[in-house]
Amino acid sequence: MITELATTMIKMPSIDYLAILPVLILIGGAVLIMAITAMVPGGLRRDVATAMTVTTALAALISSLVEWHRVLVQGATTTIAHAIVMDGFSVFMAIAVSSCVILASLIGHDYLKREDISSAEYLILALISAAGAVLMASANDLVVIFLALEILSIALYVLVAFNPRRAESGEAALKYFILGGFSSAVFVYGIALTYGATGTTNLTQIVDFLGQNTAQHPGLLYAGLGLMIVGFAFKVAAVPFHFWTPDVYQGAPSPVTGFMAAVAKIGGFAALLRVLLSAFGTQAATWQPIIYALAVASLLLGALLMVVQRDVKRMMAYSSINHAGFILLGVEAATTRGVQAALYYLFAYAIMTVGVFGVITLVSGNGDRDTDIASYRGLLRRSPLLGACLVVLLLAQAGAPFTTGLFAKLGVLSAAVSVGSWPLALIAMVSAVISGFAYLRLTLISVRPVGAPTDVDELGVETGVSAPMHHLGATLMLEEELPTEVEIAHVGVSPVALTGVTLAAAFTIIFGIVPGPLLSLAHAATMSLLG
Amino acid sequence: MTSLLATTVAIPDVIVFAAGAVMIMIGALGVITSRNPVHAALSLILTLFGIAVLFIEQQADFLAAVQVIVYAGAIVVLFLFVIMFLGVDRNEDLDAEPLAGQRSMAFVIVLMAVGAIIALGAEAHWVVGPHSVSGVPGGPYQNVYNLGRSVFTTYLFAFEATAALLVIAVVGAVVLARRSGAANAEQPDGQPENEEVAS
Repeated sequence: MITELATTMIKMPSIDYLAILPVLILIGGAVLIMAITAMVPGGLRRDVATAMTVTTALAALISSLVEWHRVLVQGATTTIAHAIVMDGFSVFMAIAVSSCVILASLIGHDYLKREDISSAEYLILALISAAGAVLMASANDLVVIFLALEILSIALYVLVAFNPRRAESGEAALKYFILGGFSSAVFVYGIALTYGATGTTNLTQIVDFLGQNTAQHPGLLYAGLGLMIVGFAFKVAAVPFHFWTPDVYQGAPSPVTGFMAAVAKIGGFAALLRVLLSAFGTQAATWQPIIYALAVASLLLGALLMVVQRDVKRMMAYSSINHAGFILLGVEAATTRGVQAALYYLFAYAIMTVGVFGVITLVSGNGDRDTDIASYRGLLRRSPLLGACLVVLLLAQAGAPFTTGLFAKLGVLSAAVSVGSWPLALIAMVSAVISGFAYLRLTLISVRPVGAPTDVDELGVETGVSAPMHHLGATLMLEEELPTEVEIAHVGVSPVALTGVTLAAAFTIIFGIVPGPLLSLAHAATMSLLG
Repeated sequence: MTSLLATTVAIPDVIVFAAGAVMIMIGALGVITSRNPVHAALSLILTLFGIAVLFIEQQADFLAAVQVIVYAGAIVVLFLFVIMFLGVDRNEDLDAEPLAGQRSMAFVIVLMAVGAIIALGAEAHWVVGPHSVSGVPGGPYQNVYNLGRSVFTTYLFAFEATAALLVIAVVGAVVLARRSGAANAEQPDGQPENEEVAS
């Protein structure tokens, strides 16, 4: 061994640049924007910066499609000393992340203009954060997963603090940063213990090791696995690691919240799925109960607390916890069907949430002030297209027919039932009903006419923290909870952000009516993950 | 496969380990009990130095050097800078508990965590062995050689990916440093100033 080392030169690993092309494009675009901003006197114009970002994300999307073609021809390949893998799964995630970047930069454009914040840094950080998410999906080594997680998260911490005129923004960023740093430390400790138990950080080699060895004292392996699950659960906001979610979602600038909700979930679930199903596939009996418990807690707590929120951003935070529970349903099943459903759900949810937060951005007005549920009254009349998009996106989150939400929910539920986890499926259905109530309430508020008197079948808002299940019927009664004279601010709808929101709604409807392409994409991605 | 506690350990190793462990413990206690934040930061140096001693005991010489230079040197100096900026004369009120019972809770949780780690170390089978695998003791190929190799082979991509973190650090620092300026003096013309990015 030693003599061999002495005589051989360092052999650099071969690099398949196509496998990291989306990441390279996203980071390259960010660096390009940074360089041009520094050189142009007075800074880059906003629309130019946004256009460059959209172009970069489109280029990443197209390069993913080229990758897709290669994967179809050659199958999954690893490169750069097996640290990076290019398969259907990584390509699927790259497509999802790139789509989210396009929508989020369109929506962010108007926000930054309104709040008078310089655009360039926002877009640079969003692009690099997206690169981190893509990298999480294509990493085949725990060290790379950790670095990608940090690239994704640290950029998000700064983005959350992006509005200097809102104290909540800074507070949310500090909370997110401290809790996020803590969870990263837990995650990296999990990696260390896994390395101690298997002697490698490479996922393929972990599979080989676990296939060839039977651990008689698997405590170390299980501790490593458990700590890594904690790290991922924090990222995807699963109960009981969700405490940061409501405050950060509320405090962050609205377009950032949408982007964060989508991209952090994609990245977190991508790495979670790859680690659990690919590296620890043989240990499924160990991690399935953990995922089961996380799913039950996320489904119930997310739905129950969602109903009692008055603030739309907090409501969407609990909604995101609830959705995390649904996606965990598919992970828990650990079958082709389950993973495929989870992937479809992930993609559909990411687009929906960016769109919903786009609407929230536009309705909230200057300084993100009007996030109360009452600000949405009569949105459909005040701004028909925006209101229609909101209605579509909310109904899709509730799982209505002719939207991607229906197939997403049906998919994970049927996957859970098919492996016999019918109690879990039952809990999921109950939580879907509870959260559906909250979505419907917001939908009805935005459909109602502006000047309608409050005493006619007003859908009240629960402010108490009492059990919502019990009050489900009661809240439907007449209540004087909403102020009669709400300041209905004029919704400043600008074409750029509206385009983003409309694209999100269009995606939700089109792939809800014709789910075939997205489903087959998810299916192919699943096959490459499970082999 | 070996269990950590089952391996026989030479007497000098035990002595070095004990010395390092005592340094770490004294330093760590100093960090949480010092009223003066400067003293706490200095105690942290002792802890980090003790960890460097443990690295040497594990024959990870290069890591020990990095530990002293980067952590005991640069990072604690950074801490001290921040403390000096905020004012050294402010003593922390250690008796205040913002969250009732948080100290006893922390004590219990730490005890549990330590117990779990000891149990894991004693019972579990470690594949990587109790000693550093990156260097052969006394052999001609030392840590630096092996680390250098893995940075350019096995962990090439991870090494390169840290570049993205540096870009985030630069941009993030500019964004967060500007917020104080933006809060104090509103830019009347709304033109973002971008000089900082160039510097």
